[in-house]
Amino acid sequence: MTGQIANPSIRLKAPTPTARPTEGAANRERDVKIDVEHLSFFYGAKRALEDISVKIHPNVVTAFIGPSGCGKSTFLRTLNRMNDIIPGARVEGTARIDGNDIYAPGVDVVGLRRRVGMVFQKSNPFPKSIFENVAYGLRINGMAGSKAELAGRVEESLRQAALWDEVKDRLQESALAMSGGQQQRLCIARALAVRPDILLMDEPASALDPIATQRIEELVYDLKKAYTIVIVTHNMQQAARVSDHTAFFWLGRLIEYDRTDKIFTAPAEKLTEDYVTGRFG
Amino acid sequence: MTRMVWRRMLSSLFVGACAIAVLVALVPLAFVLFFVLSRGVQALNLDFFTHMPLPVGESGGGMANSIVGTLILTGLAALMAVPVGVMSGVYLSEFPGSRFTSIVRFAADTLNGVPSIVIGVFAYGVAVLPFRQFSALAGGLALGIMMIPIIARTTEELLLLVPGALREGALALGATRARAVFTVIVPAALPGIITGIVLALARVAGETAPLLFTSFNNRFFTTELTQPISSVTVQVFTYAISPYEDWQRQAWAGALVLVTIVFICSLMARLATSRVADMRGR
Ligand SMILES: Nc1ncnc2c1ncn2[C@@H]1O[C@H](COP(=O)(O)OP(=O)(O)OP(=O)(O)O)[C@@H](O)[C@H]1O
Ligand SMILES: [Mg+2]
Repeated sequence: MTGQIANPSIRLKAPTPTARPTEGAANRERDVKIDVEHLSFFYGAKRALEDISVKIHPNVVTAFIGPSGCGKSTFLRTLNRMNDIIPGARVEGTARIDGNDIYAPGVDVVGLRRRVGMVFQKSNPFPKSIFENVAYGLRINGMAGSKAELAGRVEESLRQAALWDEVKDRLQESALAMSGGQQQRLCIARALAVRPDILLMDEPASALDPIATQRIEELVYDLKKAYTIVIVTHNMQQAARVSDHTAFFWLGRLIEYDRTDKIFTAPAEKLTEDYVTGRFG
Repeated sequence: MTRMVWRRMLSSLFVGACAIAVLVALVPLAFVLFFVLSRGVQALNLDFFTHMPLPVGESGGGMANSIVGTLILTGLAALMAVPVGVMSGVYLSEFPGSRFTSIVRFAADTLNGVPSIVIGVFAYGVAVLPFRQFSALAGGLALGIMMIPIIARTTEELLLLVPGALREGALALGATRARAVFTVIVPAALPGIITGIVLALARVAGETAPLLFTSFNNRFFTTELTQPISSVTVQVFTYAISPYEDWQRQAWAGALVLVTIVFICSLMARLATSRVADMRGR
């Protein structure tokens, strides 16, 4: 296998022609952060994901696109084992992060979830103050030694999520009194506070106005220097703007995975082309 | 068209029936309140709260010892029932599918329906007979046993109302399951749980039967937990069945105090509940 991304990890399909990664990206792309092989996922008897194989690279933004119900959220949630809590859910195949099988017996799931942060599709702030929401992860993981350090990390996270200026005078107010878009950014700040390695974002901008959306996109762009980011989006322009790599899902299968520019300009699959040009879905 | 008329008639018939049912339900309540208020207010004064009962024949005196006794008894009950009840509720909501849960739930509902005098008999058997001594502890035990299933079931129901997304949010930040339960889920339901506790307290504060042969009664002021202790309800019972007019008047005053306690508890519960509604989501 040459450049990982250039060889889309769909085993059943003919390999697409090799796309040359740019020189700078080449080194980074040789590393693999998340390595998924032949992963299938079942809700009880119902198969939601079918034989997914994909290699996700560090310090790039990977976008998951595809029609509603195709399994984007499900796949994202297999990466931090969030699906474990769904009764009857079952995973087949392997998923490795930094080379370690996250479904191996004896894996520290709690530690995994701290390293693999998640912003949920529906914002879910705790019924606590704005400050306590962001401080929560720091407190439970014992990550802030002093009060000043805690306050500092909270501020830093709120700034990163482009929320600080709006809330700095009302940190003690209930998070539930915020607007939907502010709540979503609060959830982003909450996830950033524990400084995860990987950030999984499930449609983080779906409830945001264009200005807040732009801020989130800028944030994603900044964050990729330090994080590996996977972002689910229904917005094709957004995927094209923020992501380096794009994976197209359809009916629980990964149809095509390649560099974003390639997916949007010269996709190898007819289905992908139809989807990104808006001919269906 | 006649069909239409028929439907309208049927509809107003039902509305009328409902209105009558509401009246039938409310009239006795109004009467009780009216009697307790009008009779109770006459006998109620500051002495009632600060003075001790007087012997027959002397008018005046109060129920200071009984009021303190009721506070001690409900306090003891809460001390026992709040931790046990809340923890059971957490268990029931966390393991909703297990066999043990359905057994516990069934047991709690059964216990809830057991006549309070039976619980008194039980407390008498385990906490009075062996020591040959009526005591505040035995009374507190009886009331506590009554509170546990109420608190457990309300706690369970309120915890199940907390959106699963909150649990996921906590887990996704690296919380263990227990951590998520006690730092996010229980706090989210806390105002409601407190409401449930307050209502359970109000309920047992008004109990007489389980106290008759556990804490019994005491003419004197005591805070000794191993001694018999007076309570407003038992004192009202004693006074009410007595032939003396003074005592009967005191009984009315005691009844008014009890009703007021229940009323205040319900009011507190109401306020707390509206706060939950605020928290849940505007
Ligand atoms: N908890 C669940 N139990 C059973 N089936 C589920 C569950 N969650 C999702 N599914 C099913 O799995 C499939 C994939 O759902 P998923 O939420 O992953 O889709 P998605 O691509 O994220 O869609 P959207 O873009 O609408 O968010 C759907 O058919 C959905 O009905
Ligand atoms: Mg989704």
